[in-house]
Amino acid sequence: MADNLLTIMTFFPVLGMIALLFIPRDNDAMLKSFALAVSLITFLISLPLAFDRVFTTSGGMHYREFYEWIHVGEFFQMNYNVGVDGISLWLVMLTTFIMPIAILSTWNAVKKNTKGFMAMLLLLQTGMLGAFISLDLFLFYIFWELMLIPMYFLIGIWGGANRIYAAVKFFIYTAVGSLLMLVGIIFVYYYAVQSGAPVNGFGVHEFYQLDLPYNAQFWLFLAFGFSFAIKVPMFPLHTWLPDAHTEAPTAGSVILAAVLLKMGTYGYVRFAMPLFPEALPTFIPYLAFLSVVGIIYGSLVAMMQEDVKKLVAYSSVAHLGFVMLGIFAMNMQGMAGGMIQMINHGVSTGALFLIVGFLYERRHTRMISEFGGLAGKMPIFATIFLIVTFSSIGLPGTNGFVGEFLALMGAFESDLRWFAVFATTGVILAAVYMLWVYQRIMFGKVTNPANEDIKDLSLREIVVMLPLLVFVFWIGIYPNTFFDKMNPALEQLIEQMNNRQVAVVEVVEPVVANVVDYK
Amino acid sequence: MENLVQEAIQNVNLHAVMPSLILTVAGMALLMVAVFSPRGKTTHIAWLSIASLVVAGVVTLAGWNDTQTGFAGSVQLDNFAAFFSMICIIAAGLAILMSDDYLKREEFPVGEYYPLILFTTAGAMWMVSGTDLITIFLGLEVLSVSLYILAGFFRDQQRCNEAGLKYFFLGAFSTGFLLYGMALLYGVTGTTKIYDIAAYVQANPDTTTNIMFVAAGLLMLTGFFFKIAAVPFHMWTPDVYQGAPTPITAFMSAGPKAAAIAALLRVTIICLAGIQDQLTTVFWVLAVLTMTVGNLIALCQKDLKRMLAYSAIAHAGYALVGLVAWNEIGLSGILFYMLVYTFMNMGAFAVLVLIGRRGEEQLTLEGFSGLGYKKPVLGVALCIFLFSLMGLPPTAGFTGKFYIFAGAINEGFIWLAVIGVLNSAVSLYYYLRIMVFMYFKEPQEDFSWVTINAATAVSIVISVAGVLYLGIVPAAVMQFAKMAGL
Repeated sequence: MADNLLTIMTFFPVLGMIALLFIPRDNDAMLKSFALAVSLITFLISLPLAFDRVFTTSGGMHYREFYEWIHVGEFFQMNYNVGVDGISLWLVMLTTFIMPIAILSTWNAVKKNTKGFMAMLLLLQTGMLGAFISLDLFLFYIFWELMLIPMYFLIGIWGGANRIYAAVKFFIYTAVGSLLMLVGIIFVYYYAVQSGAPVNGFGVHEFYQLDLPYNAQFWLFLAFGFSFAIKVPMFPLHTWLPDAHTEAPTAGSVILAAVLLKMGTYGYVRFAMPLFPEALPTFIPYLAFLSVVGIIYGSLVAMMQEDVKKLVAYSSVAHLGFVMLGIFAMNMQGMAGGMIQMINHGVSTGALFLIVGFLYERRHTRMISEFGGLAGKMPIFATIFLIVTFSSIGLPGTNGFVGEFLALMGAFESDLRWFAVFATTGVILAAVYMLWVYQRIMFGKVTNPANEDIKDLSLREIVVMLPLLVFVFWIGIYPNTFFDKMNPALEQLIEQMNNRQVAVVEVVEPVVANVVDYK
Repeated sequence: MENLVQEAIQNVNLHAVMPSLILTVAGMALLMVAVFSPRGKTTHIAWLSIASLVVAGVVTLAGWNDTQTGFAGSVQLDNFAAFFSMICIIAAGLAILMSDDYLKREEFPVGEYYPLILFTTAGAMWMVSGTDLITIFLGLEVLSVSLYILAGFFRDQQRCNEAGLKYFFLGAFSTGFLLYGMALLYGVTGTTKIYDIAAYVQANPDTTTNIMFVAAGLLMLTGFFFKIAAVPFHMWTPDVYQGAPTPITAFMSAGPKAAAIAALLRVTIICLAGIQDQLTTVFWVLAVLTMTVGNLIALCQKDLKRMLAYSAIAHAGYALVGLVAWNEIGLSGILFYMLVYTFMNMGAFAVLVLIGRRGEEQLTLEGFSGLGYKKPVLGVALCIFLFSLMGLPPTAGFTGKFYIFAGAINEGFIWLAVIGVLNSAVSLYYYLRIMVFMYFKEPQEDFSWVTINAATAVSIVISVAGVLYLGIVPAAVMQFAKMAGL
């Protein structure tokens, strides 16, 4: 079992999906329970990873699995090459953790074609897990693209009024970026092969050692970075996100926010930055600038939204800005802050989307002006909403504080000091828009008669929220559980990137010229 | 004189033409069967045709790695020819599977239909195995003449007549180019045998600067470009593809096109290697034009057959990318891609065959509204084909494109690969639009006329299996494509 843990974990959802197809389509309860069971079992399968002490001592890859997959002589070779380290560990856990919550949250929301909905969610999970564990660029690309298909249908079939536009926009935005990355991936491979460097298929660890000339690194970083920046999304490539988030069904929004956006940031940490370390310093100021713009712009736009779901969507742009800023600081605090902020954003924004979903299920509107004075009618909801609001703002004691504080501190101590100064205003702006929306929805008198008989959270809804709240405080009060396992991997990564940047003093001419010439 | 005859007889070697011989004999026999069959009964002819295709396929596969040369070196059944022959056989088989019910629906069940497909396939096989310009020309003509008839097969339908006539005129026109080029090439080198031409050019390097030689090459290429519908020689494609019977459209876009690409490859790589640098530029420009024009025009198509016709043009452009690369990976990539394309495109057309009604007027985007809900299995199958046509993993379309673009990038044509993938991005939009109508719109009709008959279902299942197999575990077939490289 332990030998193939990652494979079993990754493909269990898709096996579940295939089994799901044989359940009669009108048996909604059974379809939902079955999908929930599959996602819970996947979570249980992944659980040993979280308790494995090996991550605290060694920053390398664990649970490695390696099989030959497509070998076509000297043409190209791809392998099934997977593993987790402290960086991907928590993202994998986040994925398996959020999935049952997402499925449970749809219990009453999805009425049409439940079978297709559940099948798409499970397929999506395989795509996400596979992308996080892939150590072969080709394999990564397969899973990366595989995520598009279910998400496209989730938004397009079960989304809101403007769903077709949002779905197509989401699909094309993300696909364009990744297609350019594909060219980059193939280029790196043939550069490695033709320069005689050791390769192991498209294995990323061999590519880390590759001596790419600066010129090639520049373009490659652009290709990879563009693709990941769309996914994050970074300003000004973020425009698909508000549309997709607003139109997606609640479960889709939760997964989109909690996991899919992390693909972009994870892509930077795992691929774009360590693969092309020499090009990195060239880009960091621009990327950091865009992150800060994203933070401030996202917050300001969020403030002005009348649709609470759009507000949360724009707040995502801002939160991901902190993640990116922390990562680009390239020091321990910044990286760790960025990484933990990824998890935080998954927990907090996931929770926020669930809360929006609860409101929408009750009132079938998301306009802030439609609400007001709900605190008196829904005390449990009010408490939970408040905690999540604090976590999203980053109040000390909640998870958001740890992540944003570390990310900003890391940025402040690095060359990005002035960026950090401006980014800090984002924390204040977050307080403004979150508290303001909380105030408008929850406080005051009930002005809209439709809110008079609004019901408080049901037991199922509380069960959905509870695990998220646990992590809000766990990460907020004792983040070391997570840092202990993350740090060795991050240290190794930072050391590796610094070594590469120092080691190469001058631009090395390419060994094989014809790969870099543009014909 | 006697010596010549004797030598010719000794040189015959029927093994080199065995697969096409089987199909030709079977085709002629089936013509007779059709004559003696009662009117309107064609099913048995379809099955006999399938059987002969299976036999031809087995014979072709048995000859793998066993190059046979025959007819004094004018035919060579090597791995390259065998691979392309298999593509044509598969295409013909899938086309026949989806035809029987279709012919009955269009109320034109005429037995000659199937032998004509077999003749087309035999002609395609001569094209792919021809090592003499004349053999290639003969193959092309057999193929074309049969296809002219098939394209206009429903003689009482106007759109069909238009398709047949257009195809005939432009086809004849393009053959003129091809033949003129061959004549010039003969004039320069004094032989029509491809390998002798190559040897002559090798021995006389100044041939490559001979204006006649260059003109010969370009004229022949023009002829082939017509057949593979490369822009700007594509004008006939949309009308013919839209007007022809749907199974024939499917067949044309896969089998005969693959054969034309095979002949183009063999002639180019062997005869015209001397002017590779200049030709690469030609192919570069044509590849970009073909991909871009095909995809851009497909964007605004409302009729699905027409949309797939433009998408077929774009896919020919992707194949040309491999020719630009002009290396082992790129060329094997073309072989693999044509096989992949056969499965995904014919699968998509098979679904169209099922959805269509007599006259096929509702094969529009609106006509597909809500199909995914009314016919879920067909919907899923069509989605798989469309994702494959987009080039998305884990389908064969992705591995096929990967193979070709890998060849281009390996050779340093990075910008061409970038243009190629951006073209894929453009194509996403119109393929996605079909799915938008299938799943995101409410059903307008209940699709009650759609009856899923066994034969067409089999062709869809084979196509789905092919697309997924070549997408997930493509190594074995990729290896075959590698061995089949020129």
